[in-house]
Amino acid sequence: MQALYAQLLVGLINGSFYALLSLGLAVIFGMLNIINFAHGALYMMGAFCAYFLLTLTGLGYWWALLIAPIVVGIFGMILERTLLKWLTGLDHLYGLLLTFGIALIVQGLFQNYFGSSGLPYAIPDELKGGMNLGFMFLPIYRGWVVIFSLVVCLATWFLIEKTQLGAYLRAATENPTLVRAFGINVPRMITLTYGLGVGLAALAGVLSAPINQVRPLMGADLIIVVFAVVVIGGMGSIMGSIITGFALGVIEGLTKYFYPEASNTVVFVLMVLVLLVKPAGLTGRAA
Amino acid sequence: MPEVRTAQAPAAAASQMAGQFAGQVLGVQNLEAWYGESHILHGVNFNVNAGEVVTLLGRNGAGKTTTLKSIMGIIGKRTGSIRFNDAEIIRTSSDRIARMGVAFCPEERGIFASLDVRENLLLPPAVKQGGLTLDQIFDLFPNLKERLKSQGTKLSGGEQQMLAIARILRTGATFLMLDEPTEGLAPVIIQQIGETIARLKKQGFTILLVEQNFRFASTVADRFYIVEHGKIIDGFANSELQSNMDKLHTYLGV
Amino acid sequence: MSALTDDTLSATPHAMRDEMIVFVIMALLLAAVPFSGIYPFFVMQALCFALVACAFNLLIGYGGLLSFGHAMFLGTAGYCSAHALKVWGLEPVLGILVGTGAACALAVVTGYISIRRQGIYFSMITLALSQLLYFLYLQTPFTHGEDGIQGIPQGMMLGFIDLSKPTILYYVVLIGFLAGFLLIFRTINSPFGEVLKSIRENEQRAISLGYKTDQYKLLAFILSGTIAGFAGSLKVFVAQNASLTDVHWSMSGEIVLMTLVGGLGTVFGPVVGAFVIIAMQQYLAGFGQWVTVIQGAIFVSCVLLFRRGLVGEIAHLLKRSL
Repeated sequence: MQALYAQLLVGLINGSFYALLSLGLAVIFGMLNIINFAHGALYMMGAFCAYFLLTLTGLGYWWALLIAPIVVGIFGMILERTLLKWLTGLDHLYGLLLTFGIALIVQGLFQNYFGSSGLPYAIPDELKGGMNLGFMFLPIYRGWVVIFSLVVCLATWFLIEKTQLGAYLRAATENPTLVRAFGINVPRMITLTYGLGVGLAALAGVLSAPINQVRPLMGADLIIVVFAVVVIGGMGSIMGSIITGFALGVIEGLTKYFYPEASNTVVFVLMVLVLLVKPAGLTGRAA
Repeated sequence: MPEVRTAQAPAAAASQMAGQFAGQVLGVQNLEAWYGESHILHGVNFNVNAGEVVTLLGRNGAGKTTTLKSIMGIIGKRTGSIRFNDAEIIRTSSDRIARMGVAFCPEERGIFASLDVRENLLLPPAVKQGGLTLDQIFDLFPNLKERLKSQGTKLSGGEQQMLAIARILRTGATFLMLDEPTEGLAPVIIQQIGETIARLKKQGFTILLVEQNFRFASTVADRFYIVEHGKIIDGFANSELQSNMDKLHTYLGV
Repeated sequence: MSALTDDTLSATPHAMRDEMIVFVIMALLLAAVPFSGIYPFFVMQALCFALVACAFNLLIGYGGLLSFGHAMFLGTAGYCSAHALKVWGLEPVLGILVGTGAACALAVVTGYISIRRQGIYFSMITLALSQLLYFLYLQTPFTHGEDGIQGIPQGMMLGFIDLSKPTILYYVVLIGFLAGFLLIFRTINSPFGEVLKSIRENEQRAISLGYKTDQYKLLAFILSGTIAGFAGSLKVFVAQNASLTDVHWSMSGEIVLMTLVGGLGTVFGPVVGAFVIIAMQQYLAGFGQWVTVIQGAIFVSCVLLFRRGLVGEIAHLLKRSL
């Protein structure tokens, strides 16, 4: 029984990453109409940023949580200003190809300098150890990851759905020309939105660093699963992305307990099922 | 036989008539515009003076909306000259034009479905001092106050039109461009809109109106221009309306 | 969806004639390779990939569907052919049929699933399905996981063609390539191909004209997957192994890259692109992961600056269809 709860926890953790990443993808897709294949590489950069902060400057985990999303977010905004903005008006697929190329460049560079094996990143002292909850033993760090991710996801949802800033974002997603005709600098908004999505990915990377090793390809396989999550949940709803992400993580965790051989593939199988039964996805708009 | 006027003459005649008004707010010369490959405007010339309500009349596809969009800077390619308050804006981006004090209410109204009424209302930022306060807006459009929490597109056509006009009044822009504000609306609402425009005019707004419903336009406009095939082919003041009814019938096929 | 490719050229009356001339030149050049001193193994490999790229191009250049999972056809056919040849001891032609058939069956199933969505979602689905297969193959015993199936016999085709002789194998592979290429060429220039192109241009219009566009897209998908599988089966004879690399998403990415470099929607683009990329990989083999970085850089430059690809640019300059 312990093992079941342990797998459930792992599932929630993976679900946290699925939620954070698919949230970022959805926000970027809404505003830029680009599927950001580079999202996995940017997640990896967040983890590496945390690693560098620690090894080069001695700044620990808590600093990394703040700095890494900002640094990688700025990098993302530079990418948008220099490369992605040329994609406006082109067929969607070029966005996929361009960001795929960016992912290859980033991952290849990191692989060249760091090889393929993982670098260690320690759990911060404050979050070490665990609690005995009776029905299971809960490692504190892992509990932290789930709760913090949930908080960030909900905060992002709140920002987008309930604030004035979010209103600008939603309006610009719907009709960028008109929003610009009201005097709002929409190109700058687009850049900042990309930065936000990228920042979320980098944040997930920092959270991930103490659990999964920091390695150049850590985002590559993850991004494909996140794509499947996005196909299942659709990209039309922020809350939908969050719920789908966590749900699929949990389902994956449960599968690992009951039928371990399928755990790698269950999300994809679910995607197939959803496509056969409800092609438009569970919540969002069909392409 | 009414004399045929060239494109230049109406503008000149119109500005003579407009002598009693203060300076020119908008001056358009030789405006040509393209939607992708389609050449829509072939040299538009007209002007609007401060405090006036000027209407562009014409059939569907004549180029009236394209003219407004060209002024707003949201069309693909434009050449010629557009002067707003003495600044050349033919090459200016739309957000800068808006911040100079131009406000646009599009034909499709552009109410955002993913925003509620209140968010729609508060969306356009203030570009100048002197925009209407929320209270003043609710004065003009009392039924908006009750619908603040509704999703934007759940409003009726008339309410959406009110909302579209209301939100640009908050910005402080004094030059308003309204594209077919009465399209598809019930006569009662049309009358309300007419009254609103009259009140705005009294408060000093300058308004460029595009309308197919010239009966409505005649109740609010000071001057008219006729647009056909991407050019201004005629223009006259409201006082000359009666004597030009025959011409109007020909131009508009009414 | 707006057109990805420049279709105005293929409408010219001389288009097919130009393309046939280039085809003949290409075939003659390729036939002369064993006498030229160029390493035939390299060319054979390039030909297999060229055929996969052509099959991929059929789907994107003419159908407007970007498949990011074509490796699954290459790999599936490879594994099945390899198994048939090594474990069941089948004769080469039968081995190829087994592999191609497996790819065809896969294409039917995955096509049915993927076609249910368009555009970007279609691409993501093909990628996810390919990843699903990757994990399946990782775990199933017949693939031998990370080791792959090694030491596949080349055997005697039809009892008398000795495939273990490089020159003979080369001509067999060349004939396979040319046959597959011609099949794609015929398809593009057939009524079916015309409908496909019109779907790519404007699917709504095609639907309003009465075409069941989903059926056309599915058929194109199946054809594309089958031919890619055929190429994968041929490749088994050349490399004499079948491994996980062939099913990995990076392989799918390379197929996309080859076609992009050569020119999406051009007839000869994928062939040129395949040769360029394979040559580049050989040349940079000692540079480790720089190959990945360079491939990424090529993707980026092609999308931003060089969208027509090599053959596309040449065709544009010469104002001919290639």
